[in-house]
Amino acid sequence: MKKLHQSIRLYFHYVSLNIRCMMQYKASFFLTALGQFLVSFTVFLGIFFMFQRFSMVEGFTYSEVLLCFGIMLMEFSLAEMFARGFDMFHHMVKNGEFDRVLVRPQNEILQVLGSKFELTRIGRMAQAIVMFIYGIVKNEVAWSFSKVLTVIFMLIGGTAVFSALFLIYAALCFFTLDGLEFINIFTDGAREFGKYPVGVYGKEFLIFTTFFIPYALIQYYPLLYILGRRTEVFLVLLPLLACWFLVPALLLWRFGVRHYKSSGS
Amino acid sequence: MKKYLSFFRLRFLMGLQYRAAALGGIATQFAWGFMEIMIFRAFYRADAAAFPMSFSATASYIWLQQAFLALFATWMMEKEIFDAIVNGNIVYELCRPISIYNMWFSRSMANRLSRAVLRCFPILAFAVFIPKPYGIALPASLWHFVLFLLTLLLGLAMTVSLCVLVYILAFFTISPQGLQMIFITMTDFFAGALIPLPFFPEKMQRFMELLPFAAMQNVPLRIYGGSMTRFEIQKAVLLQIFWLLVITAAGKLLCKLALKRVVVQGG
Amino acid sequence: MITMEHVCKSYKIAKRDGGIKAALTSLFHREYESIHALKDVTFTIGDGEMVGYIGPNGAGKSSTIKILSGILTPDSGTVLINGRIPYKDRVRHVKDIGVVFGQRSQLWWDVPVIDSFELLKDIYTIPEPQYRQSLEELTELLNLKELLRSPTRQLSLGQRMRCEIAASLLHRPRILFLDEPTIGLDAVSKLAVRDFILQQNKIHKTTVILTTHDMQDIEALASRILLIGKGRLLLDGTLDDIKRGGGNIDETVAELYRAYEI
Repeated sequence: MKKLHQSIRLYFHYVSLNIRCMMQYKASFFLTALGQFLVSFTVFLGIFFMFQRFSMVEGFTYSEVLLCFGIMLMEFSLAEMFARGFDMFHHMVKNGEFDRVLVRPQNEILQVLGSKFELTRIGRMAQAIVMFIYGIVKNEVAWSFSKVLTVIFMLIGGTAVFSALFLIYAALCFFTLDGLEFINIFTDGAREFGKYPVGVYGKEFLIFTTFFIPYALIQYYPLLYILGRRTEVFLVLLPLLACWFLVPALLLWRFGVRHYKSSGS
Repeated sequence: MKKYLSFFRLRFLMGLQYRAAALGGIATQFAWGFMEIMIFRAFYRADAAAFPMSFSATASYIWLQQAFLALFATWMMEKEIFDAIVNGNIVYELCRPISIYNMWFSRSMANRLSRAVLRCFPILAFAVFIPKPYGIALPASLWHFVLFLLTLLLGLAMTVSLCVLVYILAFFTISPQGLQMIFITMTDFFAGALIPLPFFPEKMQRFMELLPFAAMQNVPLRIYGGSMTRFEIQKAVLLQIFWLLVITAAGKLLCKLALKRVVVQGG
Repeated sequence: MITMEHVCKSYKIAKRDGGIKAALTSLFHREYESIHALKDVTFTIGDGEMVGYIGPNGAGKSSTIKILSGILTPDSGTVLINGRIPYKDRVRHVKDIGVVFGQRSQLWWDVPVIDSFELLKDIYTIPEPQYRQSLEELTELLNLKELLRSPTRQLSLGQRMRCEIAASLLHRPRILFLDEPTIGLDAVSKLAVRDFILQQNKIHKTTVILTTHDMQDIEALASRILLIGKGRLLLDGTLDDIKRGGGNIDETVAELYRAYEI
């Protein structure tokens, strides 16, 4: 218990240092945050113009899609904010910074997480929140306590799934530094294509995203619950179940660290 | 000319070295294209009548876009050039007896071509075997294919000249990163990388087609599918040439100004 | 107490040739070769010793340091430091050691040095009174008072190195690894750093293991020298053993390298 308390304190120490560093370059911070906002904004424009032409996609309306995209983008932004250290891990391996991590008496994951806290993702987050609110306003969702809880669980589960994907990327960096571009399919790709409910992509894809990489658990099923299309209570908890995906990611990471310690590069 | 060719050769070779990167890129692009097509399929099912071009032409557009991503993606900028400008190492380049603009131009061309050459064939080969209408269709005619190749090269030159213009603009701004990000976002949207231009409302499409961004991937990818009339093609090609000349001239001019500034201020 | 017995370590490295043809063939097929970084290395270092670890680039110096600091696992042989196997008991082992990588900084670039120190306090869970005491002593000996409040990026190389060394000693390690600690420093800073290391060894009995190409460092600091070449330990002796011929130490070492063909 004391150990956990210490770790949390250390993590927040890292975060405060990160923020203080960032505030040394305020102009750059605001521009980057603005850029993050703009990038997601054009994606939103894309959806907007598609719905000028089409009124529905697989039974989902414009405002429902915005609700879906808003939540997904929040999940992704949170993961990018907290787990950016893993997303940028190739640098750490390349310039030998990971050696430094290994000569310190703290958990490696905690140190890597602490190495980078990316506050600029607040720009993307802002765009996500705006869309989410817009979606709520335009949509006649009958909000209830359980639905609010579902959204919160979606944010937790989604952040966990995306963080796990970043962690997998980082673990692979121990083995090779090129060719890891394909991981983008699962991170950036999920952000891009997750703007539409995954049911849109067909049945096989839904199965894949239910049992392999659990996007559907943090997006599609809980969304159906929020929109009132399905009413089973277990759908509220489904997003939390998606956290299981952290387990294989952690195992791969530990395997990667062991490989690093035997190959030294 | 010879020195630019040897520059080209060197960069091309370097690009070929990255085998694993190419494999990773191919896998990514393939999955990406597949997902794009699934989205459009969903919209097609919702309302086929609202589709501005045939589904098969849309699928071809997407596969070609993925296969030739390296030719047109503006986010694939040359970090080295950018860094050299930001940290002032550019002065070393100034010592060489060559035109900076031409050097950057040939270097970017080579980088993009070497990447595209490695990646396009596997993606196209896969896409051919995907059943109709999800795979890539044959070009509308031999004539369309020839025009496609020609405008593909023009589009590449257009992309490179825009990118080099942005490198040079970085001399004049306080935040090159911000500039770069805005440029990438704009081109993604206006070039038809996010959504093909025909999917925009008609008035907007007409306007967007006049911009230099439409002279990049939009022209070759739409010519291939045969969804443009002869008159439209003529207009598009002329616009491509026009913008290429304008942007290149603007780039060269600004380059001169920028170098003067560097020399005067000492970086 | 550090003991290394019959330690071996080898790496696999991909071959690469120039030219278009090689570039294309390597797309499909790649050859690997083994490099033996350490071949049966054995030595013992007692508490409070100051040891210079020298050898040309690629001789196996950094592999040794990595093994001793718990970053790298050897292929075979045994390593024991203060009764622990470094690469098996990493977290507890590294509390006992301090590492200075001369070419890499552990200080946060954009915030005042003291902020990095405060973070290290939490990383090493140093109790407050002990931290105060260490900080005071290090500030005094390394003359850091003026530096602690300025951001790392504003320090000169010499100033930064003094702060780096302090950062590695805040938790009072029993063993200190110094990898090229004086590289690129001006004469004054060099002398200050050497002086400090000697003092540290005298006051706290810190074991110091030093890798460097600067023979004056060795002359000033090391009472014992380990010479490694092509993965083998070639010589283990005092400075006098090496200098037996008399004369300049750089020339003597160059002669040794030639004699061993490394």
